[in-house]
Amino acid sequence: MADNQFSKKSGEISTIIYSLGCFPAQADLHDFIAEVRTEITIGYIHLERFLPVMTKVLLEQKFPPIPEDHLLQAFEVLDKEKKGYLEPEELSKYMTQEGEPFTQEEMDEMLTALTDRDSNLIYYKDLISQLTIDPDM
Amino acid sequence: MGCGTSVATETQVKRLQTDEAVKTPSPTLTMKAAILIQQWFRRYMARLEMRRRYTWNIFQSIEYAGEQDQLQLSSFFSFMLDNFTHLNGNGPDLISQLLDPVVDPWVDRETCYNLISIPESYTGPRISFPLSVSDTNSLLCAFKEQQTLHARYVMQLLYETKKLLKQMPNIINLSTSYTNEITICGDLHGRLDDLLLIFYKNGLPSAETPYVFNGDFVDRGKKSVEVVILLFAYLLLYPDYMHLNRGNHEDHIMNLRYGFTKEVMQKYKIHGREILQLFQDVFSLLPVATVIDGKILIVHGGISDQTDLDFLSTIERHKVKSALKFPRRGLEQLDIDHSCRQAKRMRSTDSSRPSSCRSHKSQLTPNQRKRQCRLSRQDSAASTSSSSSSSSSLCSPRTPSCLSPRPCPSSPNMPYNILQVPFLDSLSSVPLPSPPQHEQDWKQIVDILWSDPKTQEGCSLNTFRGGGCYFGPDVTQRLLLQHGLQLLIRSHECKQEGYELCHGGQVITIFSASNYYEEGSNRGAYIKLGRELVPRFYQYQVSRTTRKLTLTQRVRAAEGSALRVLKEKLFAHRSELMVGFQQYDQNDTGCVSVSEWAQVLESVVRLDLPWRTLRPRLANLAPDGSVEYQSCFEDMGPEVPLPQVTPNLAETLFRYRTDIEIIFNIIDKDHSGLISIEEFRHTWRLFSAHLGVAIDDRAIDDLAHSIDFNKDGSIDFTEFLEAFRVVHKLDIKDQQPSEKTDREKYS
Repeated sequence: MADNQFSKKSGEISTIIYSLGCFPAQADLHDFIAEVRTEITIGYIHLERFLPVMTKVLLEQKFPPIPEDHLLQAFEVLDKEKKGYLEPEELSKYMTQEGEPFTQEEMDEMLTALTDRDSNLIYYKDLISQLTIDPDM
Repeated sequence: MGCGTSVATETQVKRLQTDEAVKTPSPTLTMKAAILIQQWFRRYMARLEMRRRYTWNIFQSIEYAGEQDQLQLSSFFSFMLDNFTHLNGNGPDLISQLLDPVVDPWVDRETCYNLISIPESYTGPRISFPLSVSDTNSLLCAFKEQQTLHARYVMQLLYETKKLLKQMPNIINLSTSYTNEITICGDLHGRLDDLLLIFYKNGLPSAETPYVFNGDFVDRGKKSVEVVILLFAYLLLYPDYMHLNRGNHEDHIMNLRYGFTKEVMQKYKIHGREILQLFQDVFSLLPVATVIDGKILIVHGGISDQTDLDFLSTIERHKVKSALKFPRRGLEQLDIDHSCRQAKRMRSTDSSRPSSCRSHKSQLTPNQRKRQCRLSRQDSAASTSSSSSSSSSLCSPRTPSCLSPRPCPSSPNMPYNILQVPFLDSLSSVPLPSPPQHEQDWKQIVDILWSDPKTQEGCSLNTFRGGGCYFGPDVTQRLLLQHGLQLLIRSHECKQEGYELCHGGQVITIFSASNYYEEGSNRGAYIKLGRELVPRFYQYQVSRTTRKLTLTQRVRAAEGSALRVLKEKLFAHRSELMVGFQQYDQNDTGCVSVSEWAQVLESVVRLDLPWRTLRPRLANLAPDGSVEYQSCFEDMGPEVPLPQVTPNLAETLFRYRTDIEIIFNIIDKDHSGLISIEEFRHTWRLFSAHLGVAIDDRAIDDLAHSIDFNKDGSIDFTEFLEAFRVVHKLDIKDQQPSEKTDREKYS
């Protein structure tokens, strides 16, 4: 996937870490990248620096997966009126203003993926199980 | 770091559950919940991105591997041409017509389109020459309505296009000062919808909207004929505002494999051959490069460290009819390589497996090969110079050949410049090489049409594709500097966003066929260039459905398709793979480690893919974590197992089905879909000799007769192909009863 054997672009690091089964937050990612980046190569990260740090992360299980019920509870926190669903505007407000905000692109993608076509609502309970099932794991 | 966040969330959320009085969650709780959801979703997107990437990898690898196979096939054709042109004995057949190097595209072919009358019943578009805007408009309308242009008009159009192209130089120079912005489009590959979309978004070609189309108009897509007719029509209408560069698919030998030839023959049953001949001429007459304002170079593939624009503008481009037909010199080397390789193979332990030949070949350096080859030549009059070493690697597909290494009998009457090459049971003559000049011309053009950029510096041979080079940023820099250029625009590679920059922005790849690999796989794009010469990109994507697919749905669909193709590839190499697996599994447990599994796949299938990542999609794991290698082939099986067919034959036929189809189409002169048993037998012998596959003649005969259902001596080739088409068992609902027996038979 990387451009050449020995270096990876900084932006692709998150994809790689996620693909290895980890669930870091953005802050975690920033820390990670700070640890592996050197001044010499701007925008690129060398495999020999990446490997030891990544191995340590994996062995220590630093960014464990999020259990389904935690995710459900998180949605329920946002669903203040306990409706069982969220409206797109509601979700957008939280995702783009709270926590580690989404970019507009990320928000669009989430809405496309999660919004039920007919009702234009986000039934988070059903979605969680659907989207958490990962055949690779 | 990460642990802290999730633990905190957990505690917070648990506290909420116990405290029912809380109506509005605290801001911190909201924030933590938001982070959790964002974290989860970002990870989900990353997984999707990974799947998208390996899907892309799979498609691209298989595509380029196919191009390598093409090289193999064309070497077979060249060989056939030189040694055995008349397969049927009566009259020149399509092979000689298509591959005959003697007919010069420059020369006017006798076209009797004037004599073709158009029946009253014809409801398609009618055009008159010289073309006018109403003609191009009627073509546009007609093609939108799925109509076909009559053969007579097609031939006339091609004839006129040929006349026009003869007047053009190899490199076209354009200027932005007299025109508005120039639009540059990349590969179209027979996608009419994409072309129409571009015209719709950007405007039809005209003085206000000049275009450059950068090659690969045909092949793969179903409407190559319509696409190329429109492009040529606009070329004739506005020769000053419409410019076409040649691509590597504007090549009649590529067309044999990638669909254009087939499309033409299907749409034009009577005049197909003549039309193909005209296309062959026209393609070789297309200019190879365009330069804008002396600053921007546009070529289809790329460049090499040998590229010299001044030299390029002097050569006779039409002489390079096909990149895949080597100059005579290279060809002769090829034949010699065959017999040498065969000699080496015969001495090795396992002579029936093609893969052993490949490994042997790689051990010989070009010099060693040459030295060996000289031994089998009658006369060392023409020595192979070092400049041919690059072409010898290009000419050296991994094609083993079954030529038996008989020592050439020295005969006093044999002229010194004829080489004796054994072919099947006899010896054939091959004339010795032509002067090196043609080779240099050929290389210049092939490099332009086939090369790809790479990130590392330097220039290496493009073994992936089998033609052209990989050129690094230093090569680009040097060429741009040498000719006072500032930018190279090329196409040739599919890009997800329709375009991509590399070499520090000095190279742009532009690709205009959206959904190239699969519905939703990529966007198409075009560039607009104004006087300030700053490129602006415009993207689009043709969609078959009105419903917008989510990224997940698109990735899933593309992934499914890619995995299917990959599984077929594995199935096609089943025997070799099993041998490889069994080498690691001496105790016959049916399992090997993941690493071993990956290693075997890599060495047999030879695709550079992330096998370990793909493993869950391809094979099952045993409880101890090792791979049950048989499970790779589990959900694939032949459609209708023919009783007399051994698994090995089925596999070989399956693997080479595209090649066989091409050859059959050539033999089937009247394109009836029927060939005689004799033709079938004969072709199969030739082909298997070329491949070095030892297949019992009798097995072939039995097979031929069993397929001849009505026993009239002819085979319906389509049915034959269908019989060997491998299907995915999961697709067929009602397979339960026969599944077990199939597995028994083929395990």
